[in-house]
Amino acid sequence: MSHAEALHEHHGPPEANRSSRVDARVLGMFLFIASEAMLFGSFFTAYFFVRVVNPDAPAQWPPEPFHFPVFVAGVNTAILVTSSFTMHWALQSIKRGERKAFLAGMVLTFTMGLAFLMTQVVEYLNVGFNTSDGAFASVFFGLTGLHGAHVAIGLTLLGIVIVRGFRGHYSPEHHYGVELPGIYWHFVDIMWIVVYSAVYLI
Amino acid sequence: MESPFRSEAAAFRLLLVTIAAFALIVVASWIAPWLGLLTVLVLTAGAVWLYLRQRPPATPPQSIEHVGAPDDRRVLVVANETVGGDELMSAISEFALGGKSEFYVVCPALNSRLKTWTSDEDPARAQAQQRLDATLSRLASVGIDARGEVGDVDPLVAIEDGVRSFRPDEIVVSTHPEGRSNWLERGVVGAVRERFDVPVTHVVVDLETHEAAP
Repeated sequence: MSHAEALHEHHGPPEANRSSRVDARVLGMFLFIASEAMLFGSFFTAYFFVRVVNPDAPAQWPPEPFHFPVFVAGVNTAILVTSSFTMHWALQSIKRGERKAFLAGMVLTFTMGLAFLMTQVVEYLNVGFNTSDGAFASVFFGLTGLHGAHVAIGLTLLGIVIVRGFRGHYSPEHHYGVELPGIYWHFVDIMWIVVYSAVYLI
Repeated sequence: MESPFRSEAAAFRLLLVTIAAFALIVVASWIAPWLGLLTVLVLTAGAVWLYLRQRPPATPPQSIEHVGAPDDRRVLVVANETVGGDELMSAISEFALGGKSEFYVVCPALNSRLKTWTSDEDPARAQAQQRLDATLSRLASVGIDARGEVGDVDPLVAIEDGVRSFRPDEIVVSTHPEGRSNWLERGVVGAVRERFDVPVTHVVVDLETHEAAP
């Protein structure tokens, strides 16, 4: 029986009408990331406002006597960027049916993400200022903390993928559960590059 | 424009582009702050230029499976204010005379963009329903049995919905003449021909000529 005949013979509730040509899952992820970009945008606006109104900016940033651990954050950036490469490798591996490489890629990605988060916690403990040390400190912790929260969510998603992966889920035909966390992880990585460049380097 | 987050591979490419762009910005900023700002402006202008010249990927025409007996013809008629026009009625009558045909009339709820954005659609839908009822009555009066529905404000979305629920063998699109037709200006007829692999008939209805006639 053809699909059209099956529809003609169908007696149940009608198939959901879908006007959009965009796949609903892709559209959902795009809208989610768009809303996330706006959220980060509001934090960046606060950050740049505080920076511009600072009387010593741009000659002196961060304001005296504070200093950013640029080198440590740079190493952390390298770790996070590398984790995107391993994430990409993991997805390409499951697409080719190479399960061991897929699992290795996922575990490496998770480990590097966790290392990034732990390093950020250590950085917070040793940075030498706290949220109560003025607007500068508030926006610094707000912006980097917002990103840290996203890394934590990403790690949760990666953890779920790893558990499912070790239980035999995913195949070259069915790997959407890896693809979506992968998109999210790259988004988190892109946001960190913007945060690191804007806060620590420029 | 294609979403840079449509797939993991696309997102990964965006990551690489971001790394390159921000490396340039940081290096330029270290040399001189104004150079950093200039780099941001140049990169933004480049991104906008790429966005404007980017064309969506060509998609193959959508195949519509025939429903019903082999000699049955299912005709989807899509029309705006021209739905009751004589030229369209003549075209539908010719289809009806040509063999066993089933007609499904879709009247998009024509609305301004502002009213659509503010969800002020009820008057537009009511007017479209009136046009549809009048057309169905007129068709019934000449012995043509037809069904129909009020469609989305976007004619392509309305046609897509009509195709999905009715599965036509042929599509008839009725518009105003060239120069007065918003649909023709937007390339609706061409887009329908590209999107579906069934014959598409374009009927032009000149309502001004009809009104001017004694």
